[in-house]
Formats: sequence, structure tokens, C-alpha cells
Amino acid sequence: MNYPKKLNKEDIAFRASLELPSDSYVNLGIGMPSLCAKYLQKEKNITFQAENGILGFNEISKEDEQDENLIDAGGQFLVKTPGMSFFDSAESFGMIRGNHLDMTVLGALQVSEKGDLANWMIKDRGIGSIGGAMDLVVGAKEVIVTMEHVTKENKPKILKECDFPLTGINCVNKIITDIAVIIVEDKGLILTEIAEGWSTEQVQSLTEPKLIVSNKLNRYITK
Amino acid sequence: MTKKYIYNSYKEAIKDLKDDSSIMIGGFGVQGGQPTNLMLALRDLNLSNLTLIGNVAGISMVTGYGWKDSDKDKIIDQSIFFKDKQVKKIICSFPIPSSRNPLSEIEKAWINDEAEIEILPQGTLAEKIRAGGSGIPAFYTKTGVGTIVEKEKESKIINGEKFLLEYALNADVSLIKAFISDEKGNLIYKGTSRAFNPIMATASKLTIVEVDKIVSSKDIDPERIGTPGIYVDRIVTKNNELS
Repeated sequence: MNYPKKLNKEDIAFRASLELPSDSYVNLGIGMPSLCAKYLQKEKNITFQAENGILGFNEISKEDEQDENLIDAGGQFLVKTPGMSFFDSAESFGMIRGNHLDMTVLGALQVSEKGDLANWMIKDRGIGSIGGAMDLVVGAKEVIVTMEHVTKENKPKILKECDFPLTGINCVNKIITDIAVIIVEDKGLILTEIAEGWSTEQVQSLTEPKLIVSNKLNRYITK
Repeated sequence: MTKKYIYNSYKEAIKDLKDDSSIMIGGFGVQGGQPTNLMLALRDLNLSNLTLIGNVAGISMVTGYGWKDSDKDKIIDQSIFFKDKQVKKIICSFPIPSSRNPLSEIEKAWINDEAEIEILPQGTLAEKIRAGGSGIPAFYTKTGVGTIVEKEKESKIINGEKFLLEYALNADVSLIKAFISDEKGNLIYKGTSRAFNPIMATASKLTIVEVDKIVSSKDIDPERIGTPGIYVDRIVTKNNELS
């Protein structure tokens, strides 16, 4: 099958940024999720948490002004800002596990139709890095996944069952890919937005489980 | 012990550490908060059969992760202990980067079956250490339910939800990093350089701290103490302002 052009990482990050609730505490995962911050509307008043022990950062440091004591979990150096707070790792994960974060945005290798997430290990490698992801998916009130819809080999990443080791079960609320936005509900996966030029059949053909097309299906919101 | 031993040599501060020890390494796994000089001294002691406990373990030397651009030529991480096969086992949350190019020392050691790697969720690792330092033998957590972390672990249903039993973690030695100490071992941290340092300070029989400077207790604000001196045994610095 020939497919229309997919959206890019920046489009996914922009779309995910729209999900962040106003006046919320949010943890953004490394990579594509971190890009969200770039598109955030200031008036939303969002406070970012990073699991290495910081709340309230919103600016990346210039290269020649980096401070080794001001960094986020993804390794980006930050600018000291009024309203920041610092804490140790036990408190950081108490905060995460204790349901104090409104949302986390994470990358994924695979997501199942029940909302299981696999994002820390490629099966054949036999070793991987869990980091804070397993705590974030059980602790954050809402879990958004950003990822490309298919693998480099064009295989679906949204599956009936994940075959990579899981990060958490039944934890993903919404999947934002480079062709679609999908909500995970008890009755199944609801397709709510599709990228320009794509048909629901084309999206379905790259998705293993059966998608339920929303009766309010929209065009994927872009910049 | 109330008596604190103050060193100006990293080598001297760790010279009695032994083979087969378990050693916690503080910080997050980035430049800030990592006891880099103590780690280099420990490597040079060339012990064997160590069990290391640390968070992000061997990412920076292959990716540059968490080090300032101006210090990229000085990057050190926990993989230095794997190169000379000093490690029997590492307990951590983030041992390898996503790319295998180049392959990290830790992944090489794992592939060659030279070291065992126990990978834990970061919050579980932190809480095991906190519990270890505060007399809590075990705790229940929801993290890891339904994943390979659950394997061979006891679980319990509490209020209708499943939780895993995780045991406390202690070690023989903790190597940590703080910003300032006084002569009583009261520590002040800076910014995001807390991470695993304050909890690791509490969880070992011997806690050795590397600090940017030691000042007199008269010159330190008790309101700002992040780790009270009761947890600290040895203090090392190149900048001793005690008169």
C-alpha cells in the first residue's frame, strides 16, 4: 500500500503540548516528549518536574553558562528561575508514586490495545534501562505516549499485546503518533484524529488491533 | 561516631576499602553530585568482586550525558570499574544508553558474562535505600506490577490493588558528594546535585563524602543542612577553610 506523507517529531511534540492541562504539574520524558515544552503557551502556567529532583524549570541554559548543579533528568542544563525547588531522589519518587503529578508524557517502543506500555528494552538486546518510567506510569494521573506509528521496518507499534518487556500495564491514556491520535478506553482504542491526507483504513492497516473510529473524528491538529 | 575524619587526599580517605565490598555511589549519574574524585581513587585501589549501587551507571562516557560542554574531556562514570573487571554486580536503574554504538563498558561486561546487572525502577531503588537507612526492612509499591520486576517477588492486595514487596538496601560503604561540610559532617547540597546523595549517606556502615570545601560550624547555616552529620564518617576536600 502507498501511504501519504507522515508528520514529523516537531508536529507530534506540538500536538502533545496541547494535552498539557492548565495549572498542572508535568514530567516530560527524554527525547520527543521534552520537545513539547517548546510549544507551550505561557498562560497555561505549567510546572515541570524532573525526577533527578527539581520542580519549576522552564529555560535551557546557554552553552557557556552551564551549571553542573542545575540539570534535568534528560541531561539538559537549566537556568535558575524564581519558584524552583530542589529535593532528593526519595522525595522525587514519593512525589511521583504518590499521585502528585497531573501528567507524564513518555516515548514508547510498543503500546497494547489495553494501554500496556513497553518503552525500556528491545527484546533481542536482553538488557535495558528502566529509569523512572515504571514509577511515572503508576504514579501520574494521566499518561500520554508520543511515538512514531510504526517501526523503521514499517511494523505496527500499536499491538494487541506488547512482545517487548513491559513498563506498566493498563496505564496509557492517549497515544499521539505521526499519523493519528488515539484514546485508550476500556472498550478499545478510539481513533480521534488523523493526519492530513490519511484515511482511517490506511491508519488501521498500520495498527494491529481494531480501531474504533470516533464519531467525532477530527483532522490531526498541527501548528 | 561523633569524631569525623577529615582528609585532603581522596586516596587516603578510601585506602582501607576491601575486596568483596558493597559500595553505594551517590548522585544521579551526571557530573553534578557525583563523587568523581573518590571514584577515581577507588578505581586506582584496584579492588575486586565489588557490588556497586548507583542510579544512572555508565551513560556519560559513551554519550556525554549530563556533563557540561566545557568538561567533555574529563567525563567519568561508573563504567571505569568495569574496564578492569573490578565489579561482580551492579544494582542500578539506568545501566546502558539506547544506542549500542559505541558499546558501553557495562554492556560489554554483561555480554561477556563478567558482571551481573540488577536493573530496578528508579523510585524503587531510591525507596529501598531510604528504607535501608531508616530502619524499615521492606515496603510495598505498585511500581513494576505486571512487568519483569515482579518476577519472584511477593505481592499483596491492599484496598483492591496489587503491590510488590521490596526489601531495604544497605551497603558497606557510601561514596557521596556534597557542596559544603562543616567539621561535624553537616552537609549542604547545591541545586539538583542532591539526587541519591542524602539517602545513600544514611544507608551504609561507612559514609565518605567529597565536598567542594569544609568550613567551620560557625560559618554554616543550620537551616540549610541537607544531611545531618550523624550519617557522615569521613570528609575529603582539597579546600579546607578550617583554621
